[in-house]
Amino acid sequence: MGEVIVITSGKGGVGKSTTTASLGVGLAMRGKKVALIDTDTGLRNLDILLGLERRIVYTLVDVAQKRVNYGQALVRHKKYSNLFLLPTSQVADKTAIEPEQMKQLVDTMRNEFDFILIDCPAGIEQGFQTAVIGADWAVVVTIPEVSAVRDADKIIGRLQAVNKDIKLIVNRIDPQMVKAGTMLDMTSIDDILSLPCIGQIPDDREVINASNQGIPIIEWSNTAAGRAYNDVVGRICGEDIPFKPFETEGFFARLKHVFGH
Amino acid sequence: MSIWDKLFGSSNNRSSKQIAHDRLKVVLIHDRANVSPDVMEHIKNDIIEVISHYMDIDKNAMEIALENDADSVALVANIPVNNMRHDAGVRRR
Ligand SMILES: Nc1ncnc2c1ncn2[C@@H]1O[C@H](COP(=O)(O)OP(=O)(O)OP(=O)(O)O)[C@@H](O)[C@H]1O
Ligand SMILES: [Mg+2]
Repeated sequence: MGEVIVITSGKGGVGKSTTTASLGVGLAMRGKKVALIDTDTGLRNLDILLGLERRIVYTLVDVAQKRVNYGQALVRHKKYSNLFLLPTSQVADKTAIEPEQMKQLVDTMRNEFDFILIDCPAGIEQGFQTAVIGADWAVVVTIPEVSAVRDADKIIGRLQAVNKDIKLIVNRIDPQMVKAGTMLDMTSIDDILSLPCIGQIPDDREVINASNQGIPIIEWSNTAAGRAYNDVVGRICGEDIPFKPFETEGFFARLKHVFGH
Repeated sequence: MSIWDKLFGSSNNRSSKQIAHDRLKVVLIHDRANVSPDVMEHIKNDIIEVISHYMDIDKNAMEIALENDADSVALVANIPVNNMRHDAGVRRR
């Protein structure tokens, strides 16, 4: 029986879809059979992030409304043959899928997949309900800003009300700013939200460079964000991976580059 | 607050990270209390029960609320006392 994880945040634009794409690829690289479900109906993105936008025939809306089987709507990843995307509709809106339909779908799909990752839309309306209902546990993504952490807390309240386990990912951390005391770090966010953290992802320009090409950043294992996502995947698979301090590009970090460490 | 701040009594040079942390703590206490107004009502009833063992209080005029300054929150209760009980000094149970 597969594990179903929803990736959610409350606030928009903090990196839910980026995270879903990288975790999906990372789990597939470890040999897991993975399905990614985009529930951001009307504003779909996951197809773009995975480079699969030209292969979509049917969508989650067709599946939920029982016009086709989920198998007909799944798009296989070009490079990782055990990774699939269930895209959503770009024309319908979030009311097109009832939470109950989603739960049924996910419970059928878990017989076939090791992991199902659900990319949740921003907000706390019906789209959120639909995304969350079938999940075993939730990843809450936030960024080190007061407004994003506040929205995350609201989502956490909603998730706890329906008894979902929650793990935190803090995205877009700028190590230099943290060092200078001008940005919240993982420990202080942890302290405020009192949740276990499974990832701290640095702010990394390569994320945009990779997504321009339809490549989830985890495929670039020499990037800071790629390495951080790889650690998250390990933790999801139950490995005990300690959090490493970020390398700030100070004198010693540069020295290490020079001497090829 | 760091030892430095305590010694020099300054909050101007708190780091913005520290300020963000403190503001969040305050705002989340309010957010969480507002999400479940029942909780405040339960607290109020529990306080009434405890105080009534010792004093005769005006339950209807009683108020409790969360109040805060820049970086801390207090639960403030205003409880009008009508009378003190004779047996208040006798330890209960
Ligand atoms: N670690 C990072 N470093 C740099 N840029 C990032 C990082 N994570 C995400 N981004 C960028 O932030 C933007 C928003 O990311 P993404 O679309 O994944 O967020 P989202 O939470 O899914 O947004 P929405 O709420 O609209 O669905 C994108 O441009 C993405 O490239
Ligand atoms: Mg998204």
